[in-house]
Amino acid sequence: MDEDGGSSSAVGIEAQSIPPRQSNTLYLFTQQSLPACKPVLTPAWVITIYFLIGAICIPVGLLSLDASRSVVEITDRYDTDCIPPPFKSNKVAYIKDSSISKNCSRFLKVPKHMKAPIYIYYQLDNYYQNHRRYVKSRSDKQLLHGLKYNSTSSCKPEEYNNGLPIVPCGLIAWSLFNDTYSFSRGTAALKVNRKDISWKSDRDHKFGKQVYPFNFQNGSLIGGGSLDPNVPLSDQEDLIVWMRTAALPSFRKLYGRIEEDLDADDVVVVDVSNNYNTYSFGGKKKLVLSTSSWLGGKNDFLGMAYLSVGSSSILLSLIFLLLHVKNPRPYGDTNYSSWNWKGVSS
Amino acid sequence: MKRYVYINDDELSQDLYCDNRISNTKYTILNFLPKNLWEQFSRFMNQYFLLIACLQLWPLITPVNPASTWGPLIFIFAVSATKEGWDDYNRYLSDKKANEKEVWVVKQGIKKHIQAQDIRVGNIVWLRENDEVPCDLVLVGTSDLQGLCYVETSALDGETDLKTRVIPHACMGIDFELLHKGVIECPNPDKDIRRFDANLRLFPPFIDNDLCPLTIKNTILQSCYLRNTEWACGVAVYTGNETKLGMSRGVPEPKLTAVDMMIDKLTGAIFIFQIVVVIVLGIAGNVWKDTEARKQWYVQYPNEGPWYELLVIPLRFELLCSIMIPISIKVSLDLVKSLYAKFIDWDCEMFDIETGTRANAANTAISEDLGQVEYILTDKTGTLTENKMVFKRCCIGGIFYGNETGDALKDLELLDAVVSGSPDVVRFLTVMALCNTVIPIRSKSGSISYKAQSQDEEALVRAAACLHMIFVNKNANILEINYNGTMAQYEVLDTLEFTSDRKRMSVVVKDCKSGKIILLSKGADEAILPCANPGQQTRSFSEAVDQYAQLGLRTLCLAWRVLEEDEYQEWSLIFKEANSSLVDREWRVAEVCQRLEHGFEILGVAAIEDRLQDGVPETITTLRKAGINFWMLTGDKQNTALQIALSCNLVSPEPKGQLLLINGKTDDEVCRSLERVLLTMRTTNSEPKDVAFVIDGWALEIALRHYRKTFTELALLSRTAICCRVTPSQKAQLVYIIKSCEYKTLAIGDGGNDVRMIQQADIGVGISGREGLQAARAADYSIGKFRFLKRLILVHGRYSYNRTAFLSQYSFYKSLLICFIQIFFSFISGVSGTSLFNSVSLMAYNTFYTSIPVLVSALDKDLSERTVMQHPQILFYCQAGRLLNPSTFAGWFGRSLFHAIVVFLITIHAYAYERSEMEEMSMVALSGCIWLQAFVVALETNSFTVLQHLAIWGNLAGFYIINWIVSTLPSSGMHTIMFRLCRQPSYWTTMFLMVAAGMGPVLALKYFRYTYRSSKINILQQAERLGGPILTLGNIEPQPRSLEKEATPLLLIQPKNRSPVHEPLLSDSPNTTRRSFGSGTPFDFFQSQSRLSSSYSRNCKDN
Repeated sequence: MDEDGGSSSAVGIEAQSIPPRQSNTLYLFTQQSLPACKPVLTPAWVITIYFLIGAICIPVGLLSLDASRSVVEITDRYDTDCIPPPFKSNKVAYIKDSSISKNCSRFLKVPKHMKAPIYIYYQLDNYYQNHRRYVKSRSDKQLLHGLKYNSTSSCKPEEYNNGLPIVPCGLIAWSLFNDTYSFSRGTAALKVNRKDISWKSDRDHKFGKQVYPFNFQNGSLIGGGSLDPNVPLSDQEDLIVWMRTAALPSFRKLYGRIEEDLDADDVVVVDVSNNYNTYSFGGKKKLVLSTSSWLGGKNDFLGMAYLSVGSSSILLSLIFLLLHVKNPRPYGDTNYSSWNWKGVSS
Repeated sequence: MKRYVYINDDELSQDLYCDNRISNTKYTILNFLPKNLWEQFSRFMNQYFLLIACLQLWPLITPVNPASTWGPLIFIFAVSATKEGWDDYNRYLSDKKANEKEVWVVKQGIKKHIQAQDIRVGNIVWLRENDEVPCDLVLVGTSDLQGLCYVETSALDGETDLKTRVIPHACMGIDFELLHKGVIECPNPDKDIRRFDANLRLFPPFIDNDLCPLTIKNTILQSCYLRNTEWACGVAVYTGNETKLGMSRGVPEPKLTAVDMMIDKLTGAIFIFQIVVVIVLGIAGNVWKDTEARKQWYVQYPNEGPWYELLVIPLRFELLCSIMIPISIKVSLDLVKSLYAKFIDWDCEMFDIETGTRANAANTAISEDLGQVEYILTDKTGTLTENKMVFKRCCIGGIFYGNETGDALKDLELLDAVVSGSPDVVRFLTVMALCNTVIPIRSKSGSISYKAQSQDEEALVRAAACLHMIFVNKNANILEINYNGTMAQYEVLDTLEFTSDRKRMSVVVKDCKSGKIILLSKGADEAILPCANPGQQTRSFSEAVDQYAQLGLRTLCLAWRVLEEDEYQEWSLIFKEANSSLVDREWRVAEVCQRLEHGFEILGVAAIEDRLQDGVPETITTLRKAGINFWMLTGDKQNTALQIALSCNLVSPEPKGQLLLINGKTDDEVCRSLERVLLTMRTTNSEPKDVAFVIDGWALEIALRHYRKTFTELALLSRTAICCRVTPSQKAQLVYIIKSCEYKTLAIGDGGNDVRMIQQADIGVGISGREGLQAARAADYSIGKFRFLKRLILVHGRYSYNRTAFLSQYSFYKSLLICFIQIFFSFISGVSGTSLFNSVSLMAYNTFYTSIPVLVSALDKDLSERTVMQHPQILFYCQAGRLLNPSTFAGWFGRSLFHAIVVFLITIHAYAYERSEMEEMSMVALSGCIWLQAFVVALETNSFTVLQHLAIWGNLAGFYIINWIVSTLPSSGMHTIMFRLCRQPSYWTTMFLMVAAGMGPVLALKYFRYTYRSSKINILQQAERLGGPILTLGNIEPQPRSLEKEATPLLLIQPKNRSPVHEPLLSDSPNTTRRSFGSGTPFDFFQSQSRLSSSYSRNCKDN
């Protein structure tokens, strides 16, 4: 890189301009001759840059991969297994029939020692929380102000029921996930902390402390879970978590935390009450127990991506190096710029 | 078609005509909003945005808050409207000032003070010295006993010399205060400031109530200044906006540059692409809805939808994709264009010290075209030359003076002849001193200076003065000359004025001593010599003319004739009649003049030198190297023109250059000549030879009328042409011919005769020279000297083109980037038209986050000015439109697609499962876009000044600051999100990954092309920046080199390499095919020849 002090000393006759006030920045600006740095893509620079990128990316990739690998994750898909054999052919009928007990037990074997806190997620696949019709069907104002706020047309089609407004209104709240889990290890029940699973800012600013569920799930069409009308919305943490809609059709939401370590080969028994209907649209339900690292949960993507970007950078820098050694291009050689445009130069 | 102005008669002409209120404003307070909005909405882009904004008001389909379109739309409209409004307000203020100025009006013999706006047609306006004339007046009285007054007309036509105006002879000697009865019969208002064909008839009690003819000499026009005259008064004939000035003030047709048209085309292409996307996604969405969404109970799709249900999803996608066409591009372009214009105004290197004039860009919108000029049509006198005439040589009665010394004024032989009073010489000098319209002004010290409208006349009078024939005084019609100490007086009886058709002027004078009436004439040789007395031999004079013309001198033939008393009287009557005719006056006067101007006794030939301006040859050489074709159009004669052309490098001398003459007096001759030249041109074009054709006005007229097609073909083949003896309208026609073949033309001239050509051309450049400012006023750019043209084109034009090319494509890139992400997201959101980004981000993305960095690209310089000047060939890239065309655009399109994929894939994978929260994810994707666009700007910037760094990196910081602020608002839709993200290590690692993955391949590609497939620009950049001596112009020509070495560059330059400029795909896109032989001609002369001749005709619209 070189500093070009501007090119005010142009050619021949034009050099004689009015006495310039060279130092003045404004003057330099008007003459378009502010000092400028003009980087050149020299082989040395470019090879170094790629090498540096590689040198940064590979360690970062290894670190991320390590973080991801250190996370212990147990995933258990239970939606099909929890259906009693007679209903295997007609899952929808099973889930819609409220007279049948939905309870089901799962046995999870802990592969490695898991350090507290262990996060419990439920995962839904092929569930479009980001569908436009769905994602719009809520009223943030109502969640905060309750019945005092009554222009909730955005909540359609779950706005009114029997002529009375619904609190919380909208499809998202209406389809609240209502599977429940209880955990035990051996004979003792595992304590699951279900507090503090939502964002504090949501509890404080988005869901009203004085707003109580009203007329919720009273319609002919029952969606998901119901809410305790005596608990204000700001304390209905499952609802708050659910209402943070996911951008992907396959997502996990926090259910709670186990605040004690699990040892390798422990068997955790989970009693699932399998209420939520994912059968009609072919969705999947999974239960996930996972520890976490500085980078979050188990996700190899960042690590792998870093490694591949890093290695291809190194590769590129090697290729460019080779090209440069094999085929050195003298820079700034105006031989290459000889204009043999006939009729112009003659 | 006539108006009758009754002098000082309020009743008769009170309400017939408008008052003198001047109004240049476009709007009034009431109509401002509707009119301005109407104007803005007459543009297609604005209509489109309005449609989008209206669709967004429908909540069912709008993906985001309608404010995200309405906000920018209103902002952009407000900016334009404010600018217009402010300009208009300033116009109103200046109008108001002019309208409320106090002027004196004479009513019933009493002077009254009234405001200028209350002047009515027919009122008598009384002016004092140095007053501005408030409306068009017919003079009726002045303080001067002879009825003369002087006006300065610079505001009207830019000419700075004083002009004499005279009161009509009917009013002579009448006290204006008594004058209150009369009628002026004049044509309806027009804008011709050189004509006023009217009549005046005074009513009784005035005795002399004949019809008295009025000409422009009897008027003083609005906005002129009264000078050197104590007072003057006149009758208002045209007032308000109907004055000559007011009528000529038209709104110029906005010019569209080639770049603008390309941008429009690209916009159209994007629009079509958008429609396709909308249709495809719309169909996919409806299919998905029917197959999948109905199963999803939580979406609760009703079984029966309204009739428009099928339209809902496509319309949603239309709105989602509407950001593909960047709403900000118009504003950004307007902004940077006015900056380009300012740079031209500010440029100190285009400051002419001699006259103290700066370059000025009157038209701020067409700077890019300057970089794409392919043809320059230039005037000669005053443009290439200084228009400073000096009398150099003469030939009197067959004797040549000044041939040895080079200056006749120092030729002892001539001086001797003057002293001895040789009759031939004395007569010659008398004509030099008298046959003109020069006004001598005696200063207090006794020295005499001359004010002349024509530089030639001034040169002659000065020379005569040096030769002891001093033109001392002009007192009305009496001219006094002092010859060798003896005074002589002549009375001017008539002046037969110069017109470009007649090409001569004469005066009829009466020698006060002897009473002889003499006709004195001077003019071009072909206008004088044929009128010579049949008895006189004119051969020696034509030889003299030829000889002088070969030296590049302007020649004037001087002649005289003694008139008989009755011959003159008889003629005088006809002349008067012709002069007072209302129709075709000019033509009739010319015809009458013809009757007197014959049988001349030719006295001699005067040769006047007009020096070339500084730096003209270099400028022409440089610009020709840049691949620009030069045509010289001049009114001068062939030899003079050729001489000038040679001396300014326009044509090369034999054997390198070859001139092909097209001449002939009849159709057949011209046709044959044309065919012959065309044939030679075709065959010689393959040789490295400068071939130019020369054509004169007569042949050109025939060629244009009958052989237009052939001529056009010739015009396109020839890189140089010299057209002599051409009229202003022929100049304009030539411009039109080249322009109609879709070449970018630039016309440069300095005088009133160039105005039409300047207005006709794509770019008009005026030289603010000695012939007045008329050309400069009509032009898009005005410069002080011809040599500044080099800088105007190579530096300003080229930079403007490069910058706009980047800016416009980049604007599309960034809009497409965010739009592609939206489209990708729709595939994972059930093709339902959900917007990933929230309203605030969408609105701010185009208007704030990405528009500031791109604006500073208006400061980017790819090569230093010095390098460009030394390697003018580089202009080719601009001329051929190499930096902005469908293929470069395809490159940007691909880049935005690639970046969108990178951002989208990394976002959804890094933020999968438990972190797939929508608001977070949208901010991750948005930050990714911002980071990538900052690096793209940085990568494409060639020179970083402080401002660039500030804009690019400051903008990135600004993005975070704005988002932090927005994140504090609970109702913003992204409450706390940005704080949350910035605390996560994974956010920053994701950003780094996006930049590395997004920029890595782009940088690699750029580097590879820069180094191993370099364009000329790249090579010069490398040469310039890595030090090393930059070869001068001379060395750049192909030099003998070993074959081995030669091979590589040759390969690069051959047609294969006609593509690799900026993007790999550059090829025969619709735009470049035409250019491939146009400006490509210098590149591959050989290949294109055959194509050229066959394909030229389909490129000529008019054929």
